[in-house]
Amino acid sequence: MTMQCVLLINGSTYRAEIAAEDTLLTLVRDVAGLKGSKLGCNQGVCGACTVLVGGWPVRACLTLAADCTDADIVTVEGLERDTIGVRLQRAFGECGAVQCGFCIPGMLMSARALLDKNPAPSLDQIRIGLSGNLCRCSGYRKIVDAVRLAATENAA
Amino acid sequence: MNAAALQVGRRLPRLEADQKLSGRARYTADLDLHGMLHGAILGSPHAHARIVRYNISKALAAPGVVAVVTGADCPDGKMGPFIKDEHAIAKGKVRFVGEPVAAVAAATPAQARHGCALIEIDYQELPAVLDPAQALEEGAPLIHDGLAGYEKIYDAGSSGNKCCRTVIEQGDLAAAWRKCDVVLDQEYRTQPQAHLSMEPCAALADIDPAGRVTLWSANQSVFRVQANVCECLQLPMSRLRCLTPHVGGGFGNKMEAHVQPIVVMLAIKSGRPVKLVLSREEDFEIVRGGHPFRFRVKTGAKKDGTLVAREVDVLIDGGAYADDSPGVLAFALRMSCGPYRFMAAKAQGAVAYTNKLRFGAFRGFGQPQIHFGCEQQIDQIAVALGIDPLEFRRCNALRPGETWFGGQSVASNGLKECIDKVEIESGWRRRSALVASPGKKRGMGMGTTAHISALLGTGAIVRMLEDGTIVLNTGATDIGQGSDTVLAQMCAQTLAIDVAKVAVASPDTDGSPYNWGTTASRVTYTTGRSVVAATGEVLRQAKDHASEMLECGVADLELRPGGKIGVKGASGLEVTFQAISRRAHWRSGGPLVGSHTWVYSQDTVDPKRATAIGNPARSGVFSFGALVVDVEIEEATGKVEVLRAWSAVDVGRAINPQAVEGQIEGAFVQGMGFALTEEMVWDGARLSNPTMMDYKAPTSADTPYEINSYIVEAPEPDGPYGAKGAGEIGMNAVAAAIANAVSAATGVRLNSLPLTPERVLRALMEHGE
Repeated sequence: MTMQCVLLINGSTYRAEIAAEDTLLTLVRDVAGLKGSKLGCNQGVCGACTVLVGGWPVRACLTLAADCTDADIVTVEGLERDTIGVRLQRAFGECGAVQCGFCIPGMLMSARALLDKNPAPSLDQIRIGLSGNLCRCSGYRKIVDAVRLAATENAA
Repeated sequence: MNAAALQVGRRLPRLEADQKLSGRARYTADLDLHGMLHGAILGSPHAHARIVRYNISKALAAPGVVAVVTGADCPDGKMGPFIKDEHAIAKGKVRFVGEPVAAVAAATPAQARHGCALIEIDYQELPAVLDPAQALEEGAPLIHDGLAGYEKIYDAGSSGNKCCRTVIEQGDLAAAWRKCDVVLDQEYRTQPQAHLSMEPCAALADIDPAGRVTLWSANQSVFRVQANVCECLQLPMSRLRCLTPHVGGGFGNKMEAHVQPIVVMLAIKSGRPVKLVLSREEDFEIVRGGHPFRFRVKTGAKKDGTLVAREVDVLIDGGAYADDSPGVLAFALRMSCGPYRFMAAKAQGAVAYTNKLRFGAFRGFGQPQIHFGCEQQIDQIAVALGIDPLEFRRCNALRPGETWFGGQSVASNGLKECIDKVEIESGWRRRSALVASPGKKRGMGMGTTAHISALLGTGAIVRMLEDGTIVLNTGATDIGQGSDTVLAQMCAQTLAIDVAKVAVASPDTDGSPYNWGTTASRVTYTTGRSVVAATGEVLRQAKDHASEMLECGVADLELRPGGKIGVKGASGLEVTFQAISRRAHWRSGGPLVGSHTWVYSQDTVDPKRATAIGNPARSGVFSFGALVVDVEIEEATGKVEVLRAWSAVDVGRAINPQAVEGQIEGAFVQGMGFALTEEMVWDGARLSNPTMMDYKAPTSADTPYEINSYIVEAPEPDGPYGAKGAGEIGMNAVAAAIANAVSAATGVRLNSLPLTPERVLRALMEHGE
């Protein structure tokens, strides 16, 4: 069974025929063509698919698209429309937080949500705040440094 | 000093960082072609069975299904880096649960999976062998009936279920043991570890009307993809073009083939583009894991603190196919003396085939496993002799000029500086003053290590474009470690231009020079050498032009920052790369192209010093490392927590210090996962935890912020700008150092990994009795 739906992603409207079981990640990647959000585990563990729905970080692989029809959805491609998002991107680059890059879209979205709730997080708050996003390359230190740097710039 | 002259040593962000940060970097799963089908795989339900009959008619009739392939479609070609024992897809027999037996291409992924569910296969089950020791027993069911006839690239010594064996021996061992005052002899076990690259394995193949196939895939070597697919499908290599989009991590998992041969079969059968992305479960179950080791280590020393003799005997579970197991065995043996001086040593071992997932290359290539035993014994002997473990290591460390086990010379050796660095930075001498949290015990432990970088064939092609900018083409895959950036820095440095003027071509078997792969910590060193030489050739050609343009001898010319060549002593007399390149393209001499290829060929074993039977592992130049960890153990639960770590690595020369730190930090955490929580668990013949939920890799909350990395630079004489490898070494000693810290804190020694709370608590309770 399919239904018509309208999704607002990064400020653009997408109309699509979706099945009830279609996930938000399928919509974002295959209908909107926004390939930044990654499928890492399809089980809500790795966090590579994290996007913001109404400002909250959600696992797009576990979220039904049909539940997001009225929400403001932001993916990694939408971060550049937001000052804090751009600061995070720049800080991740400067700090050497990017290696293979597969976790980075989800990591950025979780970091963005963290800074929304807590604009000046401590090191430990960053470590806990990002603990739902796995990275196999970095050892996390440079990612934590990047979030701290972006937070400092926000405060300045 | 002009900034353009300082490309080597710069903390430069990844060239592709903006693509990755904006979500625009394309990985294999992100690629779509017009008319593309989606593939799915049917895995074997049995660990060991003969395939009697396929019935694919229901699958072919299912909605959306376009093609089905099975072993019946598969030529008899076999692939494998050491022993050619593996078809593209199971043919005749299945040898582990999950092994691909059939695959479907359909209009949607769901239709492809549905098609797989409709395939009927009759099996005749065979007894399975799941334990490597049992596999080697007389009368064990044979996993590869045709082993004797398989092509092997070296004297493997295969027989029965013994995949291969290696023995390396140096010095008079019997005499050495007689000199020892203290001898330790123990057995160790390490668990299989999953690579867990964030990007699951994926491939996309397209076929043109003439039958030539183009294959994009997640890999660590576009040339190994080409060789593997062509060997098992018996295709001429000229019929297959392989490409590599961005790759989401490798750690060894993507070095040899995964689904590429099957995807090529589906594209050929359907005549359409086919993409197949493994689920996370499949990525665990059907690709490869890191080897479980069972081994014995015997170490002897004199009362005065001199190490004398070492013997190791290793049995490795290789799983159902040889893959890189012969290499892992040989390398673990060759590195089993660690970076120490022994009067005599013997290292021997075998790989057994079992009916489990194949095990293959994994960061460290056998060293994290073998170190777990060897580096604990070094600690234990130091304690037994009443010598500080760090001082004991420093005294026995190979000194510059001394040779490696087997007799290979070591051109650069910064081990002592690494030990000094972690000693000072960690406050090692003041460690007894550390205070444990309530209910916990606290201790520091350490380990030292070495690793090689080199091996096999590599090349580079450097082209100067009409405007004087550069395209660098090496065929080396950047799997995230940063080689594109590092190689571009070397190229830019050689031409004294900004790195922004250098574009890095993506690996392509049609256009790139051969590169064996992103493995063995080798790209910076081997490919870097080719990059520097090929860039130097472009510079030589540019100077020839400049000499004609400026009407002076080449010897009177100098390279000037920013892409200019001028006359020495005459600041106004110069020509730009642009002027030179335009002249070369349009008027005289032809476009500027420099190329260089080479193959690392130094022998591993010096027959005057040592003997070897079987594969003694190829060699390379040596990097060195030392590590200290500060650890707490909760007494009530046995939970081990790493509070801080100090890891120093001699990388010869850090081309990009930030990238080197990233390698050291990442390797530490992968090693910490190996030490504490990660384990692929088989329940009988079935992997019972093939999910990220059940396989516990460290998160940021499990990982200390204080992973302090230190770069030591003992330049390699023939390395590019002195550089040698950094990718794996940081992982080698982690589990051993943590085990040493646990022992320092609690007095208990653990000989099996991982150091789970259950295992540690049991040991604490036994110790307390």
